[in-house]
Amino acid sequence: MLYFLMAAGLTLIFSMMGVLNFAHASFYMLGAFLGYQISQWAGFFPALFLAPLIAGAIGALVERFGLRTVHKYGHVAELLFTFGLAYVIEEVIQMIWGKLQVDYRKPEILDFSAFTILGTNYPAFRVFMLVFSVLIFIGLMLMLTRTRAGLIIQASLTHPNMVGMLGHNVPRVFMLVFGLGTALAAVAGALNGANQVTQANMAALLGPILFVIVVVGGLGSLLGGFVASLLIAFVVIFATGSDASLSKIVPWLTGVQFQPASPSLLNDVWTVTLAQIAPLLPYLMLVLVLIFRPTGLFGTRDT
Amino acid sequence: MSDMAKPAAPASAQNTVPALLQTLGIWIIFAAILAFLPFVFSANAAITTMCLMGILVVFALSYNMLLGQTGMLSFGHAVYYGLAAFVTANAIKYYLAGGNVSLPLIVIPVIGGFAGLFFGIVFGSFSTKRGGTAFAMISLGLAELVSSSSLVLRSFFGGEEGVSFDRTKLAPLFGYTFGPQIQVYYLIAFWCFVCVALMYAFTRTPLGRMCNAVRENPERVEFVGYNPQFVRFLAFSIAGFFAGVAGSLAAINIEIAQASFMGAAQSGLVLLAAYIGGVGFFVGPILGAILIQLLSVKLSDFTEIWQLYFGILFITVILFAPGGLAGLLMMHAPLWRGPMGTRFARMGRLLGSYLIALVPALVMVIGASLLIELIHHVAQKSAEGPAMHFLRLRWLTINSHSLLIWAGAVVALVGGFFAFRMTWPIVRKAWNDAAADAQRSVS
Repeated sequence: MLYFLMAAGLTLIFSMMGVLNFAHASFYMLGAFLGYQISQWAGFFPALFLAPLIAGAIGALVERFGLRTVHKYGHVAELLFTFGLAYVIEEVIQMIWGKLQVDYRKPEILDFSAFTILGTNYPAFRVFMLVFSVLIFIGLMLMLTRTRAGLIIQASLTHPNMVGMLGHNVPRVFMLVFGLGTALAAVAGALNGANQVTQANMAALLGPILFVIVVVGGLGSLLGGFVASLLIAFVVIFATGSDASLSKIVPWLTGVQFQPASPSLLNDVWTVTLAQIAPLLPYLMLVLVLIFRPTGLFGTRDT
Repeated sequence: MSDMAKPAAPASAQNTVPALLQTLGIWIIFAAILAFLPFVFSANAAITTMCLMGILVVFALSYNMLLGQTGMLSFGHAVYYGLAAFVTANAIKYYLAGGNVSLPLIVIPVIGGFAGLFFGIVFGSFSTKRGGTAFAMISLGLAELVSSSSLVLRSFFGGEEGVSFDRTKLAPLFGYTFGPQIQVYYLIAFWCFVCVALMYAFTRTPLGRMCNAVRENPERVEFVGYNPQFVRFLAFSIAGFFAGVAGSLAAINIEIAQASFMGAAQSGLVLLAAYIGGVGFFVGPILGAILIQLLSVKLSDFTEIWQLYFGILFITVILFAPGGLAGLLMMHAPLWRGPMGTRFARMGRLLGSYLIALVPALVMVIGASLLIELIHHVAQKSAEGPAMHFLRLRWLTINSHSLLIWAGAVVALVGGFFAFRMTWPIVRKAWNDAAADAQRSVS
């Protein structure tokens, strides 16, 4: 669900403005660190509200003074700009908060186990995260499809000139949408930072997975992002729990017994378990999807 | 390939004898510089830095074959660099150092080159089907795949420690065993020269020209009768070859191949180097590689957070100088016309206007870096007390808790910015005058 919240913001930015935002995971990280800092001063819930607001404002400024300038040089320049931005944000966070993890905790009122499934306690904070994400998703959908503002946003995507003629400030719409997308990422960061560790390599860990989700789900499709994030989460969780390997599967299927010499490349391939390659699977999916179905599962547009 | 092998354009004015001599002269000067650099900068640290520079030059040029020449933005070029490094390391460790095959170290980078070519062909066969963003995404996915599999396939990649070897165990060449760093420098310089020459030659071939056409307009290329996908594939494989040579040199340089060679950081570094130098020009990546390597050595002497300055430099280049350093330099080429005397006078006046603009720019940069260092000190090192050395200069101790310093930094940053803006008309006027003057002296 966290993946989805992130992917929604990225999809919004990408399908809206055609900018593949490399720095999206960095805004997620920024949200987590801002959330930590504000929660030190004002408590968790104000932080959950203020951190995305600040991160969104920074995002809007970045669009206004950065992206809009490089826009005229084309998509590659925009991609490179967000790539550089991701680098700078990571360094700035290291400069202020250091490389080690910070002590960002979940609030005490939510720090209990909600219910027990199969002997494991399910923490209440996770339930809270889930409900919060779903509410945001519903709100976003309603805003985009049912309100006047959503109408203008969608129209600005397809017919920017026409919308401009009607008297709306299209560049400002773009700026606000970029700010909204980064704020969504920051909400995810402020939530998940409290749940897991908050440290300066968060973005680097999450960033590539996000692209997998957006590309596999299909560009410009919120539903696709939703399905892809669930799919990838399931595949990874299933693979992590499995100890199947070629050395087990092949004899079971064919009855052939085979034992390569122990310290060799063949032996590595032969005995590696599914759990060990679980982190690789999303990228494998990315490559395969891009080769065989470049529009993604639900996408309508080409990459 | 047969349709690529068409005769080159008819001999143009460039192929006259004096022009040929001039071209040859440039290469001789280049070789001489490579040969004599260790005599000028003879300190051990300098030679180590120059070795790294030579490797990065080859790697950045190979990267530019994709980005600058063919218009393919790759986020995973370090894959070919790293895989070639591992092939080299494994080859030396298991097969060559035993003495049953006596190859001198100097020919080993060929192994790396062919390893890079092989993986370039394998991965390129499907990843170059599409250009643009799709290619960028596939390269990102491939890079993650390969770099994370390095921790699974332990016997080849050596797990966390990597694969180390002893380069002196190979057959000596004219009595040189390549133990001392200076001998390795000459090995790297030799390969750097060969690769730069080959890659320059590539830009002049019909295939190299076709790459530019694919970058500009793939649809049109298809109409003319070439297959842009195949052109991309060829460029990708050849770039893989040179990345392989660079990776092999990197492994030889430090006698180890590690998983970090293939990581996202390495791919990012070569992208930074090529782009800051300027992807539109052949010399761009060379300049960029030298600058980046120099900065990473020198800046880290002055500040802990040097990588932040790197990132800011990169963003500044993207925003304000999309042609990179080489682009900025080449902007002045049209001014360099007419009789010698007027050339120098014209340039002198233009440089004067640059100097005027440089003063407020410096004030602005100093203000910004002071602010950055102050924030860093207060946030990270408050335990060490309020005193800090600005940029690690021992004679420059400042009190990071004094409001005056903070106000000074902000004033320098903001004031410098506005003063810099005010000098801009002066620079523009000098530029226009110089351009008009150059125009007059030609016509």
